[in-house]
Formats: sequence, structure tokens, C-alpha cells
Amino acid sequence: MSDAEQGLRVLIADDSDTDRLLLQAIIKSQGHTPILARDGLEATQIFLHNKPDIILLDALMPNMDGFEAARFIKANMGDDFIPIIFLTSLHDAESLAKCLKAGGDDFLSKPYQNIILDAKINAFRRMQSMHNTLQTQRDQIYANNQRLIREQEIAKLTFDKVAHEGALHVDNIQYSVSPMAIFNGDVLLAAIHPNGDLCVLLGDFTGHGLAAAMGAMPLSQTFYSMVAKGFAVRFVAREINKKLKEILPVGVFCCATIQQFNFHQGTVEIFNAAMPDIYLVDPINQSFLSVQSRHLALGILSDQRFNDATEVFPMGIGSKLLTFSDGVIEAENQESKMYGCHRVEHVIQDSLNASTAEHLIERLKSSIDEFVGTQGLSDDISIASILMTSADAFSAGNQQLGIEIQNKPMKWRFSYELEGQALRYAEPTPVIQKLIQDAPIFSTQMTNIYTVVSELFVNALDHGVLGLSSSMKQQEDGFKLYYAERLLRLEKLAEGKVRFDVQYSSSHESYSLKLAVTDSGEGFNFKQWELSHKERLNLLTETGKLPLSGRGLALVKKLTNSLSFSENGSRIEVEFKT
Amino acid sequence: MTIQTKAAADGTELSIFIEGRFDFSSHQKFCESYESASPVPECYIVDMNAASYLDSSALGMLLLLRDYAGGDNAKVSIINCNEDVRKILTISNFEQLFDIQ
Repeated sequence: MSDAEQGLRVLIADDSDTDRLLLQAIIKSQGHTPILARDGLEATQIFLHNKPDIILLDALMPNMDGFEAARFIKANMGDDFIPIIFLTSLHDAESLAKCLKAGGDDFLSKPYQNIILDAKINAFRRMQSMHNTLQTQRDQIYANNQRLIREQEIAKLTFDKVAHEGALHVDNIQYSVSPMAIFNGDVLLAAIHPNGDLCVLLGDFTGHGLAAAMGAMPLSQTFYSMVAKGFAVRFVAREINKKLKEILPVGVFCCATIQQFNFHQGTVEIFNAAMPDIYLVDPINQSFLSVQSRHLALGILSDQRFNDATEVFPMGIGSKLLTFSDGVIEAENQESKMYGCHRVEHVIQDSLNASTAEHLIERLKSSIDEFVGTQGLSDDISIASILMTSADAFSAGNQQLGIEIQNKPMKWRFSYELEGQALRYAEPTPVIQKLIQDAPIFSTQMTNIYTVVSELFVNALDHGVLGLSSSMKQQEDGFKLYYAERLLRLEKLAEGKVRFDVQYSSSHESYSLKLAVTDSGEGFNFKQWELSHKERLNLLTETGKLPLSGRGLALVKKLTNSLSFSENGSRIEVEFKT
Repeated sequence: MTIQTKAAADGTELSIFIEGRFDFSSHQKFCESYESASPVPECYIVDMNAASYLDSSALGMLLLLRDYAGGDNAKVSIINCNEDVRKILTISNFEQLFDIQ
């Protein structure tokens, strides 16, 4: 009871001298300090200048009565709690109620009883101390909250820069990100691969707010730098997983889909880690298919245990890929029912049947809004849709033209050979790109060179070293079978070679880059490939088989200035020049 | 959301019963449920029989338990999942980390 020992300052307002003196004596004897007022007016003046802890107010006084004084005091009390106890000789219920109505907290009937007054003062002191604690805590919470909001606003500026930048502006990406907190745990990134492919990552971190956004920085930095260096999806996924595993605490992770769109081949390579199904929507065939998650979220497994397998799907021009965070399927309506995949599929089906051009994302969003109703969303919702176009249409929209050729004559060459098991994990394209990138070459050519290097390497590895036939891809489910078989043969691969020979020379006005890729395979009948269209058709009617379809060589031929075969077809040489 | 535990008589096995929505609000209770077990059990069973739903932070909590129970050597089973819970665990490919029955 240390508070009680300190004593309170008690304002006593009573026009009766006797009563005032009596109360003063009682208050003093209880260890408090009395302050005296003779009427309501004086009481309000003292209240304003010398705030008491508790007020004893006579109801009936000259100048200003207790009711008016109580109203004035309550109105000017601010956030403080100063209890008012009415002193009254009135006993009827109506009068007593009037005291409380005017702002009184309690009343004390005459004649005054020492013990009752003491008990009341102590009771109010407890209330007051509780009130003060609440007040302090409220102020603290308010100040903390303000600081948190300011910090989050600053963090959001940075987050938005790293999480939603890159190539998101390209024409064939449409997206919608709904922030639930000041910033959400969803991340959408897009970058253009040096070979002209488009890479898109949609990620969803555990939880919301700052904790969820924490991992976005290393994630986006890794994504952008790996894609810019020309790494394929599975390497990007592996590196992000490694980085997140290193820095995030256990229990915090990132669900993500990563897609690489190849506009030359009309394919998409997909990595889905713990995100809802991805949909590939084909308006020409009026059909869609779903690609389900085959992986744990990123940041859970160690690099050794991480599985980076991807899936490749053909995508016709005009097809769309739809990917979204779990906020979509878990959106709840008033009856706590979830939106679910089947509703997403209805929306897709409707959009395929519809004649209007309303965008898929808009349809999906309005369908979710309608489902959820007035109660609003409880999770972040991010949706992205990417359109497959022709390679020309895509690059026309996104190429930066600029002549960077410099007038310095130059000549160099290098060879790069990959052997045996190294082929299993090899990514030679970024290595070669790095060596070529400083050569004065038109930047538009650079993209082509990159594509050609990738194509020729895949050819040499798949058809030369692994002996796969590209006709497999033509069957139904061919893509799946082909890539499954490829994986199988890669795993068993023990020997074999792929060599790159690159030769560059430039004069003041022109340059020439010769690239030869040689594999240890048996080669192929390249004569057939060199046949004219008509000759190929003839062969088709004679043998019933189309000779050597695919091999990506048609594309390579289109992108280079010359193409020739040697060593029975196991060596292909191309040239880029001005 | 309530969490109850029951240890096997010999203390080698701890069952954790989840009831209602399993989300971030149960973080503390969930951690306490296994951290307080003495002696330290050899295997853990998370019983989802009465769990209606779990969110990504619940998945995070399951990972915390797995980590606590020995990481890659942990013996953690998740049993009696309803359809919704099962679906979330499947999308997340948690069968690669847990014994899901």
C-alpha cells in the first residue's frame, strides 16, 4: 500500500463551513491532502489550475451547483480519470440518478461515515491506477504502431523495387497483386534470358508482412542475376533454394513457380514448388491442362537433397499460362467455404467458351470477389498470366536496338570441351556467352548467338551423345516421354564429348564469328536435311516417314549467315557476320 | 484452436492433437506442446483428426517440429488428415519430409 501512504489530493467543494471542516478532518486523518472550495465555480477554477486526484462535490451550492460543476469538470478532464463523488443529503432515487447523469461516479449520503468514505476513496484509487496503466499502455502501443508503419513504409519502397520490377512490363504478361498487409509475402519477377526467352517467377512466402517480405530480396537478386547470366530454370531454382535455406529460419520458406518461355520453339519449361496447379490454356483447341506441384517449397531442403527436375510443355501461339498464389483457391466466403480449384477451372472453361475478349485475370478476379462477398479477403492474392507469341512478335516488343560495334580489328579463338559426366550438369551457354560478350557484335545478334549456342548444344547432347530421336516429340505425350527418357539417359551417361570451337575476327567495318559444335555421336544423314522441301515431300510419300524433322536446325539456319555439316553430321559449323 | 498432447507410457512417443484451424495463432502452443515433453520422445505423431484447416505458417510449424526432432533423422508422422488438410500437404509435397498416413 505504498500508494496509500503517499496520499491523494482531494478537492472538497461544499458551501457549508461545518461540512467542509468535517470532511477536511476526515481526509487529513486518512493521510490525504484536502483542497477546499466553497462553491461549484471555485471548484472548477481549482480543478483547472491545480488538478486534484479525486473530487468530493456537494450537489446544491450557490453560484454554480455540483451538477454543472461536474459537467464542466468531466468535459475538461481529457484522457485523465478523476473520480467525482457527490455529497448529498438527498435520498430519493431520482436525485441520486441525476448526480450520476451529470458525470458523477458515485455518491456519499450525509451524515458522512468515516469508514465508507475511506473505502470509496480506496476503490477509486484502484480504478484510477488501472486507468493510468491502460492509458500508458495505449500510448505505447500507439507509438509502437506508428513507428512500425513508418518502418514498413520505408521497407515497402525497397520491397516494391526488388519484388515487382524487371521485365514485368512486357506486353504478354498480365498480372494482379493484391496486398493484404502494407506489403504482402507475394513476389512476382520477370526477366529476359540472354537467349530471348522470358523467365517469370511467382513466389509466396510463409505468413504476411515484414517477416514474409524478408526473403524477397535475396530471392529476387538471385533470380535476376542467374537469369541474366543465362542459367536455365532448374539452376535458378536450385540457387534460390540454396540461398533461402542458408538465410531463412526453419519454418519460413517460399512456395514458387518458375517458368521459362521459349518463343522460338513454342515451349514452356515449368518448375512448380508447392504452389497451386499452373494452368496452360489453349484457346485454339479449346482446352486446358494443369501442371501440379512436384516439389517442396524453396528454402526447406538442403542443396544435396534438392530436386531441380522441371517439365517442358508445348504451347501454341495464343495459349496462355496461368499461375497464382494459394490465396486464390483458399479465398473464403461467409460460410467458410473455399474458392477451390474447380471454380478456377470453371472460369477458364467460361473464358474458352466466351466470345468477349475479357481477360482471364479479370474474369478470375471478379469471380473471386463475387464468391467472397462483402467480408473481403484474408490472404494475399497474386495472379499472373503469360501469353505465348511468336518469337518475332516477342522480340520486336522488347529488343533494344543499338549499334555497339567498335572500330577495332580483333582476332581470337577458343575451344571448350565437355566430357562424360560433366555433360550431365553442364551449362556451357553462359560460359561461352561470357567469353563472347565483350566482342564488338551487334546486340541484336548477341541474342541470336545465344539461342544458336543453346540449340546446337542441346542437339549435340540429345541426339549426338544421348542418341535420342526428336521424332519422339511428335507422339501424343511426346514431350513428357522425351524429357523423361532424356533424364534417364543423362543419369546413366558415363562417356561422350561435346566440343565448341569459336573463332572471331573483326576488321574496321565487319566481323565474323564462327562457331563449330562437334559431338562424339554417330552423326546423322545431314544430306537429307539439306534436301529441298519438294524432295522431302517425295521422300515422305516413298518411305512414309518424314526425314529428320526437328533438330532445331531450321531455327539455327534462320538465325545464322551460313550453316554446314561435316564429320558425318556430328560437326555443325555456323557463322555470324556483317 | 486447441492443442493437446499425450505421451506413450514409456515416453518414447508423443501424440499431438490439433483441433480447429491450425495457423499462426497456435504457434506458441504448438511449440510448447513438444518442447515441454520429458523425457524427449523418439517419435512424434501429429493427429489432424479434428483439424479443419492449416495454412502456410502451420506448415512452417511442422517444419520446426521436424527440425526439433532431428531434421532429416526425425520421426514425425501426420495422421488422420481430412481432405482439405491432405490437399495442402500434397500441394506442398510434405510426404517427402513426413510420414503422412
